[in-house]
Formats: sequence, C-alpha cells, structure tokens
Amino acid sequence: MGRNDMSEQANSQIQAASPSFETEVDILTIEHPLREAARMFARNKAAVGGLILLVGILILTLVVPFFYTVDPFDLVWAPLSPPGTENAPFGTDYLGRDILAGIVHGGSATLAVGASAALLAVVIGLSVGSLAGYYGGWVDEVLMRITEFFQVLPTLLFAMVIVALFRPSVATVAFAIGVVSWTAVARLARSEFLRIRSLDYIKAARSISSSNRRIIWLVILPNAMPPLVVQATLAVGGAILFEAGLSFLGLSDPNVMSWGFMIGSSRDYLMDAWWTVTIPGIFIFLTVLSVSLIGDGLNDATNPKLRER
Amino acid sequence: MAEPLLEIKDLRVEFDTRDGVATVIDGLDISLYPGEILGIVGESGCGKSMTALSIMRLVPVPPGRIAKGTIRLDGEDLLQVSEKRMRGVRGNAISMIFQEPMTSLNPVFSVGDQIAETILLHEGGSKRAAWQRAVEMLDAVGIPVPEVRAREYPHQMSGGMRQRVMIAMALACQPRVLIADEPTTALDVTVQAQIFDLLKDLQKKTGAVIVLITHDMGAIAEMAQRVVVMYAGRKVEDGPVDEILTNPKHPYTTGLIGCVPHLSADPSEERVPLTDIPGVVPPMTRLGQGCPFAPRCSEAMDKCRLEMPTQSVVGEDHRVSCWLIENDGP
Amino acid sequence: MTEETLLSIENLKVHFPLKTRGFSAPKSFVHAVDGIDLKIAKGKTFGIVGESGSGKTTTALAVMRLVPITSGAITLGDQRLDRLEGEELRRARRHMQIIFQDPYSSLNPRVRAGAIVREPMDLMDVGEKSEREDLVAELFRQVGLRPEQQALFPHQFSGGQRQRIGVARALASQPDLVVCDEPVSALDVAIQAQIINLLRKLQAELGLTYLFISHDLGVVQYICDDIAVMYLGKIVEMGDRISLFKEPLHPYTWALLSAVPSADPALRDRADRIRLQGDPPSPIDPPPGCGFASRCPFSQALCTMEAPQLRTIRTGHSVACHFVSDDGVPPQRKI
Repeated sequence: MGRNDMSEQANSQIQAASPSFETEVDILTIEHPLREAARMFARNKAAVGGLILLVGILILTLVVPFFYTVDPFDLVWAPLSPPGTENAPFGTDYLGRDILAGIVHGGSATLAVGASAALLAVVIGLSVGSLAGYYGGWVDEVLMRITEFFQVLPTLLFAMVIVALFRPSVATVAFAIGVVSWTAVARLARSEFLRIRSLDYIKAARSISSSNRRIIWLVILPNAMPPLVVQATLAVGGAILFEAGLSFLGLSDPNVMSWGFMIGSSRDYLMDAWWTVTIPGIFIFLTVLSVSLIGDGLNDATNPKLRER
Repeated sequence: MAEPLLEIKDLRVEFDTRDGVATVIDGLDISLYPGEILGIVGESGCGKSMTALSIMRLVPVPPGRIAKGTIRLDGEDLLQVSEKRMRGVRGNAISMIFQEPMTSLNPVFSVGDQIAETILLHEGGSKRAAWQRAVEMLDAVGIPVPEVRAREYPHQMSGGMRQRVMIAMALACQPRVLIADEPTTALDVTVQAQIFDLLKDLQKKTGAVIVLITHDMGAIAEMAQRVVVMYAGRKVEDGPVDEILTNPKHPYTTGLIGCVPHLSADPSEERVPLTDIPGVVPPMTRLGQGCPFAPRCSEAMDKCRLEMPTQSVVGEDHRVSCWLIENDGP
Repeated sequence: MTEETLLSIENLKVHFPLKTRGFSAPKSFVHAVDGIDLKIAKGKTFGIVGESGSGKTTTALAVMRLVPITSGAITLGDQRLDRLEGEELRRARRHMQIIFQDPYSSLNPRVRAGAIVREPMDLMDVGEKSEREDLVAELFRQVGLRPEQQALFPHQFSGGQRQRIGVARALASQPDLVVCDEPVSALDVAIQAQIINLLRKLQAELGLTYLFISHDLGVVQYICDDIAVMYLGKIVEMGDRISLFKEPLHPYTWALLSAVPSADPALRDRADRIRLQGDPPSPIDPPPGCGFASRCPFSQALCTMEAPQLRTIRTGHSVACHFVSDDGVPPQRKI
C-alpha cells in the first residue's frame, strides 16, 4: 500500500529540484558521445569482464583452429576417454572424437548461427517496428497484427518445422531462429520510433524539407539505436541457446561441428561420460554470459540517466 | 517585531559532484513570521528549491549534505532531531506543494483516499472520520461536489483541480508552514489566478505561513509581503515586497525586475529593450572567492571579484549584500 | 497606411480525429482550430495568445504544414500553402521556418550544432556550397554564439544557447516568415530577455515577419504589433497592441488581463478585475454557441445558442461577442 508520507511524494521532485550543474561550455574540451559511452561502459566492471571473455572466446574459435588442426570428426582415441587423456585433453566422445577439437572448430558455427540469426531478427524487427512506429495508422495496425501472429506461434515448434522442411544446415538453422525471434526487436523499435517521432526535432526536420526516408534512417534511427543495440546483444545470446536446443533435438547440420551438435549427439552418454556434454555446455554458457554482460554494459553506457554520477 | 516561527540561520548545503564539492547554499539566513507570505525569487539553479528541501530535511544524502547551520521551528532545531520526529513534522507542521501535481499524486488511489491516508498517518482516528475530513478539505479548496470528486483518480482531473487536491492534502493536517514550490508554473494563467486567490484565502483562514517559491516577480508582488532574492545559493537581497519592487538595491534584483516585460494597462508606442542579464547562473563548483554575480554584473568592480560582499542594512527590514552599497553608504 | 500582407489565413480549420482502436471510422473530433481568419503584414510581429487547448500552437503548425489541414486557405506571399504537396511543398518550406518552445527536444542530440544550422541549407539549396561554411559561422555570430562552438553537441549548451541554435537553424534558409511557438516560455526569466531582445534585433536587421505564439501576455504586449486572442479554436478578439491592451473588448481578454499577476500596483488594485471559474472546456466536439459562454460572467441565453461572429468595432480592432455594443462598450464596462 502506497503511503502518502510527504517524503515519498517528494522523492520524484527531489531529482528535479537538485541544483543544476549546467555549464556554459567555453573550452573545447568536449567529449564525443561515443567516447563518453565508452567511458560509461568501462565503469561497468562486469561488462568489461564480459568483453574480455568474449574476445577470449573469439580468439579460441577463430584463431586457435589454425594451430590446433585436429579434425573434430576424426577418431583420435578410445571412445569416452575422460579429460586429461593423452592426445585428448578434454577427453573423447562416444565415437572417440577429440572434444577439444570439437570446441575449437565447432565454436565458429555456433557463433555464426547466433550472430546471423540475431542479425536477421534485428533486420526484420527493425524494418517492421520502424515503419509501424513512424507511419502509424493502418500501417501500424497491419504490421502489429502480423507481429502478434509471430509472437503467439510456438517458436520451437515453428523453427523445427522450417528446419525439417529445408534440411538442416547452418543457414537454415540461422534463418529459422531469426524468423521466430524478431518480434521483441519489432516492438521495441516501434515504441522508440513512436516516442521520437513526436519530438520537436522531428518537426524541425520536416520543416527543413527532410524526406521521410531521411527522417527514418538519419534522424530517428541513430537516436533509437541505444536500446536496440542492447536488444540485439541479448538476441545473440538467445539465438545461441536456441541453436543448442535445436541441435540437442537433432535438428542441425550433421556435417558441421558445433557446440550444440556436440551436446545433442552425446546426450545419451550424459550419465556415463559427463564431460562429453558438460564441456561444450560450459562454453555455450560462457558465450551467452559474456554477450549478456556486454549488453548490460551497453545499456549503462547509453542511458543518459546514469551519467554525471 | 514578533518572534519568528521558523528561523534558518547560516545554512550551508553541499553536494559532491564529479568536479568536486559544490556549495549550493551558503550562509543563508531566512526568518518566517507568523501570518505572512514570504516569497523566494531567483532563476533556476539559484537554490530556491534546495532551501525548501532543506527545511523539509529532504536534501538527498548522498550526494548532498547539510554542512552547517540551524533551522529552528519554534525553537526546535530540525537539523538535529531524529528522522522519526522529522516524519512527524513533514506533512504535519510543515508541508509542501510542488510544481507538477500529476507526478506528486499516486495514480492508483483516488484523491480522497490519498488525503485520508495523510490524515490517518499523522493524526490517526477512524477511516470514516479521515474520509469525512478529506471531503471537507476538498470542499475548502473549492472543488465542486467534493463527495463525488473524492472518489476520482488524479488522471480524471484537470491540472488546476489536481493542484487544488495537492493543496487540500498539504493543508489536511493544519500545517503551520506551507511551502509552495512554483505551484502554478504548469497551469494556465486564469487557473493560476484561482490558485493564488485560494492560497491567499486559506492563509487568512488558517493562519499558516506560506513560503512561495517562484521566478515570477509579478506573482511575488501579487502574493507576498516580504521577499528574499537568491542567487547561486546566496541571499543577495531581502525586504518588504513594495520596497524591493520600487527601490531595488542589488543589480541582480534590478535585472530580475527589468528582464521581464511587465503587462501594462496603458502600453506606449515606444518599446525599450529589456534589461539583459548576460550569461547564466554559474556552475556551483566553479564559484570563486568573490560575489557570485560579479561575472554577469554590469557594475562589477575589482573588489567584487575578490571578496564576498557583506550584508548591509539599507532600510527598515531591507538588507542587501553588494559592495556597491558599502561604497555609497545606505 | 497600406501594408503589404505576407501571410493570410482564411477560415482555417484543423480537426483531429480522436484515436480509436481498429479500423472503424472515428466518431469524435478535436476541433483544435475551428475557422479562423487573419492577415500578417510584412515585417510585423503578429501574436496569438491563449490558454492551453485554445488552438494557438495548432495554428502555428498548420501554417508550417506540419499538421493536416481540414479546410481553409493559407497564403504566403502569392503561394497557396495549403494546396502544395510533395516537391513543391519542399521548395516552399525555405520561405517559412519555425522556432520551437522546448530547446531540449527541438535539437537532434546526435548532431553537432554547426551541422544543425547547416542542414537546412544543404536540404533546401541555400547559397553556393562553398559559401555555406561562412554563412553558418555568420549565423552563429548573429545569434550571439561563437563560431568555434559549432563543433559542440546540443547537450553541451545551456538552455538559452540551445534556443539560439534553434533561432540560427530557423534563419538558415533565409525565410520570410518565422513562426515562433512559445520561444521563451521554457527559458529562465533572465534568459527570456536575451532571446526576446535577440528576436527583436534580428527582425530589425533582416526584416523578418514573425507569427508569435505565446500564453504570456506581458511578452505578447511587448513584442507583438497585432494580436489575436484565441479561445477554444476561435479568435475572440483581434487588434493592434495599443488598442487591444488599452481597451480590451471581449470578456475573455479582460479576464486574461485580470489574471496576470502584476508588479504594477495600478493594475493589481483595479476593482473591476474578473476571476474565471473552472478550466477551459475540452475542444472535443465543442458546444454550439460561444465557446466562452460556460465561463463567462456576462453570458445570456443567446450566447449558448448562437456563435458570435468576429466584427470590426474600430479600425484594426475586432471582437466576437454578442454583448459588445457597436460603439465599443464591452459588457464588463456596462455593470
């Protein structure tokens, strides 16, 4: 129950009444917004940790394969050898394939699916959301009904249907994930466009003869970017998990090694050889964690309310 | 003169900022006498609202802190009492109304509930009695059919009605001091006139002291008997309203009066340029040794930039802090 | 004295449909502007004053073609603005520009001050490309900013300085008409004077014509040459600044003047000040008859039945009230 103590009522006002430290800027010691954002990001220690982690994972999956050239599909040792075995430091799976090789060579597929699915989701979501938010009226009505349709679809089932129809490959998996996960981006983009559209600088842009295209892409979009970037990073994490889920159900390209595929193919041996599933699981976890931490940091960096503190 | 009801002495409020400590209020003395309306006037960032928050002891800590001074209500120093005692003072002996009534009212409770809640909180009693009082208060602030309107929610009311509700809530516990922080800034001018009439009327009926914080010299002239002019957290001039309006001593006061085009019943063809106070209120972190107004003052001398002016008495109950006065004599 | 008319508005109406869910046709309309006529002389400042919901800002936006016009004619120079579309409208825009109320939301936070002022020149082909850099620097000087401040972003300026950038942007296309929509009401008192003095200086230097929207009667009296008082989408009184303020005719104008808190004791203590009850009514489906009837202390049966027309009482001063006599005695004087 909200108590009507004076202090509670006053809380919202205190912020407004706080003295302004607004200054006339005389010296050109100005900070570019991007640089300011970088400074704010650096203040979030967890986000910096996430960034370091992600860089490590990228090096592992993009650079290390050139040095650790064991084929992840080769049978290198006795099946289900535990970690620490000679030639297979992370152990082997049920066919005797090197798990370290799987981690090193399979990461790029996982990351590729995650990134391209997220990119697709952002492109679809942004197009739908920006048009709906900017034009409003019947455009908004139609586009939002379509968005709602996709929102109520059982996503996993729908993605499975797509993958099953077009035979599993990295591209189809990414497509399927992208198609089912753009609605959150669309809703966010729409609300941002709706908000910014009503601001005076949009009226100003129209009164200096800017075209609709210019207003959407060069005026509103840059201002709507911050929350969308955050949403996009979260979408990458979501897509990686989704890929793992599809692989676990056997819906991934059997000729391409990926972390999700490793978990999926070894799921029957979970009880006997924990490492076959746990090790790729840990890497998926770390990747999603790093991306989420970065998203959180970007949120801080682009949230003007947190500045000046 | 009578004993002051509320007396602020040598108040100093500091804020920690990225650029160091900002002294947002410094050496402030204000006395409130029973039965008066006192105006506090100045630009935004001059410490008007911070003064109000200090009286309510609502300065956000951290980054702020009250570093020095006393605020005595009937001899009791509000800066020394416990937080529990202070909760009893707030909304009871001293209450406050704000600029934007929409954000100060809780949107999910009816206005009657909110007023009754305040009464229950401070005075106890039965729910039914509190509701009855709430309806009476709404009637007192000129809301038609109060027993019906009491069941309405803030969003169902106009801005003027909401401000009346805020006033009803603030007066529900018969406060001795009512602080009105820019109470009409968000309202239309005909509605502002109604609210001013209401405040004057209630002041006469209840005898509460009203502190009116505003940037509008016209509102001060209309409402207040005495006025305090603030600049950069310092009091630069205070005195009776008529005296200050006709005979301002501080260049900032002169500027504040001259910078607004005052409505005249008999406008002339010729229009003289408005007094221009150049620049803006300086950032509180960058105040130097001297008079804070010196950088914007057309009459600033070397002394002004080096030394903080002392207060001189220039008339009955009329004080000013400016080196020009010191030089010329009162 | 004949003056050249720059802008004329005839029977302008702007009605907004109320938001409805789904595809069904809206049933209620907000009559934001409900049939107004006015003429603005070249080089003059025409003020529109009124409370919230009076339609003054909508009028400004209609002149700027930033809201859809329901009916009526707007003529700037010899061009029918209301009929322009597409490329023609884009070309016409350089002749009319607008200064907004809120210096915070009217500047794109991601664009540097210099680029904000330069953009109109690039989009509307003002001057030679090579000259534009100098033009921007000159504009900065004209509005009281330093040319080297072009590199700053809007949030690095104070409110008053931001409004100066807004003024510079409006002047960048060398317009004939500048619409000022409450240009000082969001600013601190001392800063208001700076901007008002600046606007007056620029008008004298560049021969600008202003359509000045404000709720502040003091500011309007000071800066405007002719003034229209709007209430509920209609003009209730219109006149030159001397006549209108000396002898206000419409009871609403008189109530507005009475309501302004004044430092002038003569004005404050007048016995015939009137106080209005209640708030301005909603402009959604307004009642027939005079819009002010519900708050007017002098209203009679006729007022709620028949809407009064604007009629000229003396040269340059007209009023829409049934009970102002033809020789200019307003109802507030009769009792």
